[in-house]
Amino acid sequence: MPMTGVLRPGHVQIRVLDMAASLTHYIDRMGLLETDRDEQGRVYLKGWDEHDWFSVVLRPADAPGMDFMGFKVDSVETLNRLEQALNEYGCPTNRIPAGDLKHCGERVSFVSPMGHTFELYVDKDSIGNGLGNKNPHPWREDLKGMKVHRFDHCLLYGDDLDGAVKLFTEVLGFQQTEKVMVGPDHSVQIASFLTCGMKAHDIALIRHPEKDKLHHVSFLLRSWEEVLHAADIMGRYKIPIDIGPTRHGITRGRTIYFFDPSGNRNETFCDSYDWYPDNPEITWTEDELGGAIFYHDQQLNERFLNVVT
Amino acid sequence: MLSYLQQGYTIHINEIEEKFVCRPQELLLAGMVRLGKRGIPVGCRSGGCGVCKVHVQQGEYATGKMSRAHVSEQEEQAGYVLACRCEPKSDLVITVIGQMRKATHASI
Repeated sequence: MPMTGVLRPGHVQIRVLDMAASLTHYIDRMGLLETDRDEQGRVYLKGWDEHDWFSVVLRPADAPGMDFMGFKVDSVETLNRLEQALNEYGCPTNRIPAGDLKHCGERVSFVSPMGHTFELYVDKDSIGNGLGNKNPHPWREDLKGMKVHRFDHCLLYGDDLDGAVKLFTEVLGFQQTEKVMVGPDHSVQIASFLTCGMKAHDIALIRHPEKDKLHHVSFLLRSWEEVLHAADIMGRYKIPIDIGPTRHGITRGRTIYFFDPSGNRNETFCDSYDWYPDNPEITWTEDELGGAIFYHDQQLNERFLNVVT
Repeated sequence: MLSYLQQGYTIHINEIEEKFVCRPQELLLAGMVRLGKRGIPVGCRSGGCGVCKVHVQQGEYATGKMSRAHVSEQEEQAGYVLACRCEPKSDLVITVIGQMRKATHASI
């Protein structure tokens, strides 16, 4: 199955209150690698197994949250086609020149009906995963902390969930893998999990009264043992844990949630399932929501549901 | 032993007959949590989410970085802080506001 169109989440720009504390968190504790800085004071990071130059950009600011999330697309033709499709759909776009983010080509930026800024791009410089492409070792020996493999997805909160799902599925070619329905006859959708490739989710969206809120930025681990090791790092360095280690019913992820030094929630997780385009969509209902979100104790957690940046 | 544990600053909560002790270098939110009232909104504990906002009316304290989306400069000058970013330097008198109020003002 060749992957076309929108390929994957490529980067996220996160606002941080204290850059020094944030670098300790994201580099020394989580294991991201610093790959550049720019004159705006932004710091560029990536997970060790990512080949592109960066996947996380930290920007110094006086309030936390997400500036934007970027998706890599397969070609200039796709970029132009999606830009036109967004405009025809009634979603204005804005071209950001190459180099505005270092090592990144031209980006097409737009605001979704939930208020978040997204962007599409084709080109980003390759820095490699440090192992080489000829007879590579399968692991790096110089990693710190949780040793996260790569940036995986974001969960975002905002108001017009229905509009955002429509935009992602009908214009950008995402598929909805799972959804949460509540209310009379389960007629109101409150959550959507969307993929552009073969993962259970590349982005997740939840209905919330305010626009443009960040619930979490997620990073991939490869085993439950690695999730428990991440929890050990959190204990050792007193990183505030939100919940976990536990498992989700939705997407099946084994997970732990915690907060960065600015209050932005992070996730490290492993496991899920492979999504093929002919997979059936999964529906969760209000009566089983506890287990859908936290499968082990089946209890909803107010902080997990309501604390956002 | 008990008297040793009680050393620190006494934090009085306005409007209700409640007080608690913060040990030196301990954050205000950590002391409030020891009150043991159900529903004390412990959010991100990093100055970002704003759920633990209080108003300090008397006393000295130090603050760390707090989100301007939740505590403006004017508010900060007027004594509004996020309890997770407030380190008492003396006894304090505080008023609980926002989401925290529901928990502290409820009976145990």
